[in-house]
Amino acid sequence: MSATDPAGAGGGGPWLLEARHLTKRYGAVIANRDVSFGVRPGEIVALLGENGAGKSTLVNVLYGMTAPDGGTLLVDGQPVRLRSPRDALARGIGMVHQHFMLVPPFTVAENVALGHEPSRHGAIDLATVEGRVVALAARFGMEVDPHAVIRDLSVGQQQRVEIIKALDRGARVLILDEPTAVLTPQETEGLFHVLRGLAAGGTSVVFISHKLGEVLDIADRIVVMRRGEVVGEVSPADATPESLAAMMVGREVLLRVEKAPATPGEAMVVLRDVQVAGDRGGRAVDGVTFEVRAGEIVGIAGVQGNGQTELVEAIAGLRPVAGGSLWLCGVEAQRLGVRARAALGLAHVPEDRQRHGLVLPFSVADNLVLNRYHLAPLAIRGVRQARAILDLARNLVARFDIRPPIAEVPVQALSGGNKQKVIVARELSHDVRVLVAAQPTRGVDVGSIEFIHRSLVAARDAGAAVLVVSAELDELMSLADRVLVMFRGRVVGEVAGSEATREGIGLLMAGGGRQLGDVET
Amino acid sequence: MAPARPGIALRLDAALVPVLAIATALVAGGAILWAAGPQLEGPWLGLQFVAVAYLSLLEGAVGSRDAVIDTVLRAVPYAFSGLAVMLAFRGGLFNIGAEGQLTIGALFAAWAGFGLDLPAVIHLPVVLATGCLAGAVWGGVAGLLKARTGAHEVITTIMLNYIASQLAAYLLNGPLRDRSPLNVIAQTPKIAEGARLPDLVPGMHAGVLLVVAVAVVTWFVVWRTTTGFELRMVGANPDGAAYAGVGVVRRMTWALGASGLLAGLAGAVQVAGVNYRSTLGFNVGYGFDSIAIALLGRNTVSGVLLSSVLFAALRTGATKLQFRTQVSADIISVIQALVLLLVAAEQIVRWLYRLQAARAVAPAGDDEGREVAPVTIGSAETARTSK
Repeated sequence: MSATDPAGAGGGGPWLLEARHLTKRYGAVIANRDVSFGVRPGEIVALLGENGAGKSTLVNVLYGMTAPDGGTLLVDGQPVRLRSPRDALARGIGMVHQHFMLVPPFTVAENVALGHEPSRHGAIDLATVEGRVVALAARFGMEVDPHAVIRDLSVGQQQRVEIIKALDRGARVLILDEPTAVLTPQETEGLFHVLRGLAAGGTSVVFISHKLGEVLDIADRIVVMRRGEVVGEVSPADATPESLAAMMVGREVLLRVEKAPATPGEAMVVLRDVQVAGDRGGRAVDGVTFEVRAGEIVGIAGVQGNGQTELVEAIAGLRPVAGGSLWLCGVEAQRLGVRARAALGLAHVPEDRQRHGLVLPFSVADNLVLNRYHLAPLAIRGVRQARAILDLARNLVARFDIRPPIAEVPVQALSGGNKQKVIVARELSHDVRVLVAAQPTRGVDVGSIEFIHRSLVAARDAGAAVLVVSAELDELMSLADRVLVMFRGRVVGEVAGSEATREGIGLLMAGGGRQLGDVET
Repeated sequence: MAPARPGIALRLDAALVPVLAIATALVAGGAILWAAGPQLEGPWLGLQFVAVAYLSLLEGAVGSRDAVIDTVLRAVPYAFSGLAVMLAFRGGLFNIGAEGQLTIGALFAAWAGFGLDLPAVIHLPVVLATGCLAGAVWGGVAGLLKARTGAHEVITTIMLNYIASQLAAYLLNGPLRDRSPLNVIAQTPKIAEGARLPDLVPGMHAGVLLVVAVAVVTWFVVWRTTTGFELRMVGANPDGAAYAGVGVVRRMTWALGASGLLAGLAGAVQVAGVNYRSTLGFNVGYGFDSIAIALLGRNTVSGVLLSSVLFAALRTGATKLQFRTQVSADIISVIQALVLLLVAAEQIVRWLYRLQAARAVAPAGDDEGREVAPVTIGSAETARTSK
């Protein structure tokens, strides 16, 4: 039974949008079980929960993207059936997806017009749209140029365009799916400012997140989901990060990583003026110099797209080093292949686990030996040894608590957290001298995050040099012994983990720091 | 969360769609037969006519010793080239070039058969090996083009098909043509007696045994060796393979070469076991049909073997069907096309029979909702990924 009963909730007036006893199944999985949820005019409601808790399913139902198996939706107290997002929009429900639905080569106005283009004599009447964009932007304190091309806008600005798009279609309820995942702390502040303005003007906001601090900051009301059910509803005034985490996970969780001070040894990763080309040409990494020593964790902070991805791929051997030099474990490594680097003791937890880290249709066992399948005893003279592979896999599944604990299932059947555990288990199960972990906890549930953090610290304590790239500042601040900040392909600052503050790092992330050896910016 | 025996359930589900596709195609083919047949009074006679047509098809395919032998012999090249297409598919590559590789394999096998003067013990192996090698080179060219320039294998293998057929026309009319005054067509001389496949039973050459052996080896390589693991990794997720240290481009080149080798073997076995020479315009179409066979067989070894026999039986039985009903044997092409259509667009079958989707769409996961394509066709990007 859910703790929320919107119909009986006292105070605050009528619901603008309300869901009663929603149930949604995907095959054998119940994504939403008897969920009741509501939002009042001008209210900011945070929907908090781990990955897989059912937040996305709930908002997909609210936005007409999936039909519920049971339960009712009400808009202004009237039962409605939403067959498509178009239906939802017609009733004033708009959504900003985590991955923006914008056409990059089009202008802001063209994107806003897309799908309901006003026409005059058969030609698109963009001037009208441009006027509306300017008016909306001015009203809610957003700086948006209707003539700007989406491709040239920052992620934060693109998000504004998405919001304007929804408002332009008459949204009275705005659903935002993990809107801060791609923003700097400053951009997040800016977004919150806009959201508060919207709420003050009577627009309702449903804000999905798994970041506790933000939720406490922005929400009028916090609804917590776990395993497809609403497990509680609190006011930010009565909640702490610890209490919210406990509600999300269902048990007490260590939010800070407990670790002894680092005892750095020999430099295991050495970069000297490293340059790496980006996908679209140009230098994604533009002269980066740093070291990671044995027994320390170095974190790299930065807004997505400032060269961290390319840097990690270059260290891992997936992308050529275009200039400068790279040394791993005392060996010059920029010309070595992936396998040669692995032989030196390099382990790599890749940023995109679906694309690089796993082969989804393969079994958990095959994924656990994905980069060591050719070594004895897993293969002898080119023939794979099923027994040895399964023995190793079962051992790792047990040690790393991978669920379900069956090595034969395809890895795509696992949850995000367990997929990540498969990768971590594989990379940490052999002699690791250098560990490069990119976004090790992205999309991973709080319980698994704790586990992965402990594993990284354990690798450090065992003498490995650990490099962690993360978009989560809290993670870096508690995990790393030193934090480097990247901006536009360069390292623009370094802070000791113990002295790092969100504001300090945030400023550097936005390019406001001392630009080491950088003149023209 | 997970079913106790996922393997069994998945395998049953995998076989279900092809079987339903065949059944549906036969029903639809029956309707076409009815329409194409003589004017008949009432539905009863019509149904009888369709029944007679299919019974003659069956009789023509397996109704006598000769019919069975015919079907088996026809299934042999289907099986070799079906395995060829399957192997490339497992590596995420769409080998449209089995047709050309088979032609080239037959051409060079025939040359080795009449042009070389070798003792009988080694002449046959040399003929088969020459066909394999020629096919492997023809497939490998597409692989190299992909590796070096990123050229898509679908395009290059189609182009290589044209080159192969023109090359065959030139060689069979020119340097390799049988110069005997009695010969009036574009073909090579007959190959030496010692270069021919012996009969397993009268009328059926020993290539059948070779199919079984090659099928077992192919299965072993794909499912039990590190090479096959790399191949399947490259096919399922080239980025993941590059991450795991596999030379993606090298493995793709290998896959097209190995695929060409099997298709070349198909041509060589036709020469050594059936035709005893290479003739322009013979053995045409096996390579293209084999794409359908690999798809229908779900890119599994056993599936390919079963589909080969089915396609061969349809082709063999078609003659009797035409003889009995006066409906053109081309009706078989229509049925085969329907099977292929229904397998390729399996949603149609799932909709017709209200089957559940093979994979439930992502559960509640927040970032796990991305669809995973079952077969990724390698693209130009993948060629660039690995170093």
